[in-house]
Amino acid sequence: MSKSDNYDLIVFGGGPGGYVSAIRGSQLGLNVLLVEANELGGVCLNWGCIPTKALLKVSEFKNNISKFKDFGINIEGKISFDISAIIKRSRAVSKILSSGVSHLLKKNKVQVIKGFGSINKVYDKNIEINILNSKNKNITVNTKNLILATGSKPKLLPNIDLDYENIWTSKEAMTPKSIPKSIAIIGSGAIGIEFASFYNDIGSKVTVIELENRILPNEDEEISEMAKSIFIKRGIKFLNNASVVSINNSENGITSNIKIGNQEVKLKSEKILIAIGITGNIENIGLDNSNAEVENGHIMTDEYMETKEKNIYAIGDVASSPWLAHKASHEGIIAVEKIAGLDNVHKLNVDNIPGCTYSHPQIASIGLTEKQAIDKGIKVKVGKFPFLGNGKAVVMGEEEGLVKTIFNDVTGELIGAHLIGSEVTELINLYSVAKTLETTEIDIMNTVFAHPTLSETLHESVLSAYNRAIHF
Amino acid sequence: MPVLINMPSLSPTMKEGKLSKWLKNKGDKIMSGDVIAEIETDKATMEIESSDDGVLFEIIIQEGEENVPVNSPIAIIKEEGDTDEQLNTFSKTSGINKSIAISSDRDVKLDKSDENQDNDIQTKEVIKSKKIDNNSRIIVSPLARRLAEQHNINLSKIIGSGPKGRIVKDDLKLEELSEGNIIKERSLSGISNNDVKFNDVPNTNMRKTIAQRLTSSLHEAPHFFLSVDCDISKLNEVRKIINDNNNIKISVNDFVIKASAKTLKIVPKANCSWNDEFIRYYQSYNIAVAVAIDDGLITPIIKNVEIKGLEDVSSEVKELALRAKENKLSPEEYQGGNFTVSNLGMFGVKNFTAVINPPQSMILAVGMAEKRPVIVNEEVKISEVMTVTLSCDHRAVDGALGSKWLKVFKSLIENPSLMLL
Repeated sequence: MSKSDNYDLIVFGGGPGGYVSAIRGSQLGLNVLLVEANELGGVCLNWGCIPTKALLKVSEFKNNISKFKDFGINIEGKISFDISAIIKRSRAVSKILSSGVSHLLKKNKVQVIKGFGSINKVYDKNIEINILNSKNKNITVNTKNLILATGSKPKLLPNIDLDYENIWTSKEAMTPKSIPKSIAIIGSGAIGIEFASFYNDIGSKVTVIELENRILPNEDEEISEMAKSIFIKRGIKFLNNASVVSINNSENGITSNIKIGNQEVKLKSEKILIAIGITGNIENIGLDNSNAEVENGHIMTDEYMETKEKNIYAIGDVASSPWLAHKASHEGIIAVEKIAGLDNVHKLNVDNIPGCTYSHPQIASIGLTEKQAIDKGIKVKVGKFPFLGNGKAVVMGEEEGLVKTIFNDVTGELIGAHLIGSEVTELINLYSVAKTLETTEIDIMNTVFAHPTLSETLHESVLSAYNRAIHF
Repeated sequence: MPVLINMPSLSPTMKEGKLSKWLKNKGDKIMSGDVIAEIETDKATMEIESSDDGVLFEIIIQEGEENVPVNSPIAIIKEEGDTDEQLNTFSKTSGINKSIAISSDRDVKLDKSDENQDNDIQTKEVIKSKKIDNNSRIIVSPLARRLAEQHNINLSKIIGSGPKGRIVKDDLKLEELSEGNIIKERSLSGISNNDVKFNDVPNTNMRKTIAQRLTSSLHEAPHFFLSVDCDISKLNEVRKIINDNNNIKISVNDFVIKASAKTLKIVPKANCSWNDEFIRYYQSYNIAVAVAIDDGLITPIIKNVEIKGLEDVSSEVKELALRAKENKLSPEEYQGGNFTVSNLGMFGVKNFTAVINPPQSMILAVGMAEKRPVIVNEEVKISEVMTVTLSCDHRAVDGALGSKWLKVFKSLIENPSLMLL
């Protein structure tokens, strides 16, 4: 067996979990091969985080332009959108970053094969891998360790057939041929709300259908309440406690039959977007040829991401929630460092992973919600500070916002932070650092925040938890 | 050179302390390492140790004095070769210090300490337990530091898993304590505290109830215990026939519950509870069944067992046990039993004695059913046998009555067809 087909580590999938694992593996001196069936960068870079942020930048510009008059800037004419140019830029951004990943892998001496990998067999400390390459040829290689970073695909509804023309997943919603007059969005998680915000801003009539009694059900109840009322003011309609029973897809558009409690209502729309979550890509990768176990469409792992089969790891969306790119990358590093035998590899603390929704207004959070904390029996101290009390927010004309912090009353541990408003997806990282460093309320109170900045709201919220807020 | 002993700072937040006890008297010889006094704060009691050899020359702060500011002098140690002159000057200065120290103006005192320095006099403060001192030099996260203080954990003994050996919350291994629980501060006495590792978990209401009721039962009710072996071979035959022809699976314990009610009916004098002025005899047959749940136990009640078939008893036990485990029982479902059955057979227990569940007079402790050699007609035979032990409250049930009860119970269990009567 030649050295070239015998690896220390093979990674299936070149998304934010996979490529980061491969680079870290190479840094640690492992002989690494990365197998990717589609584009490097995965869903995140090509069909998720990145291209949608490019679209949402368009919304942001639009929202800023509509404020110009308040700031004394007059512009002539009507605002209009060139959807093909919008999509073109969004795609170009993805392409730049994807080729950036290719460059990074090359720089770090990671071998990349375009193809589809699967497990053939596991035998005395070796894993035999089959790769169906882009030329439809089967290649057999061996590796000591395997990381499954195959990602996920949108979860679908059994009673709705996709036609990719009018009934969309997020991928089609990222590349529309025209701006739909109306769109119904099933699901009000981060993905559903970001598209709702985007399409609403570029002029579509948007209705969001959500099974739960509130939108953004993973967020703190107070924040989700506030978000809903702001979105309603902007023109988005919400149907809560609602589920789509059936769909009539005809030439005159789509009619959805929606059940809200005991009532049935009909909703007409040009497009439907299904955004109810994701499910792991576990098919055809040869899991049956190993002892790795699957539960609810995702591969089970221990805290160091190892599956039930020794030396086979699973990270990112194919493993466990939360379904976030930055979580996948972090898990990849944990798995690789474990493989390389590093001391002191730290397991992931889910409570320290921030989550962001890039709608207008933005929403960001970390740790437990107030209700989750109370349900856990924690005696909480809650601080709140509105953007209205922040100089920079008023200067920017962004008074709509709130920073909510939750502390353990007994220990002073920051157990959760929930933000809504301008730039909160940037602000949240300060609380991530605070949580990782295990600061208590005192450390944040004693930190000097620059003035005038939006970040001061983070300081004031903590002060407010201890009845010491100055500016509200 | 005389040495001044000051009130030590035992925690970053401590401003003053109480001199709870002098362990040396004026004039006592002191060796380095000797414990000379005990200091009490709102949080802890700690010992002060001398780091010098000498004689306890003067006690400035008397035993029992409270609100003594940190860093104010409490005693003077005379070292070998100290001249009277030095000691007199010293004594005078510290005398002034004392009067200031106990007045409210604490800032002045610091100035006086400077004067002491001029007099070439050392000021020393030594804490027996180096805990606080050590903690300030340990790399530790702010949260872990606070948690260590709250739980009286000595950080110098913890190995940090964070970057550069930083001690983080996880390293304190507090996970078994729920985060919301307020941990009671313990008073600690210097060293011993650091050597014993423990967690205080506040008692739930259930644990308090169990403790209170069972303690009073054992104190008040004179218990005696009667054991008997029951051959359940026939019972198992009957059980097999029922279970093979039925959806519901009847357990041995279901038979025990049914037989207990039937026995109480046949021996009504045993179905009673003691009161100081009277004995109450029950005419109902409500059997309580002990169910282990998270962090405790509860005894849901099968009511009117005498009119229920085995099938009803069995499904009711299953349903109540399930809801008991989910903490969903309403009070009337676990209050008002006449008699309790406690079965530890599933844990492999051969026989045991149980504490009576007041105000009841009896509890039956049921052991594991197992194959044992028995002698039948002068021959050794293998039989399925189960040992049961009845605990009786002697105030209401005498030995003869308890024995009669057990005899009837045994005959019912060994001849289950009698239960049909």
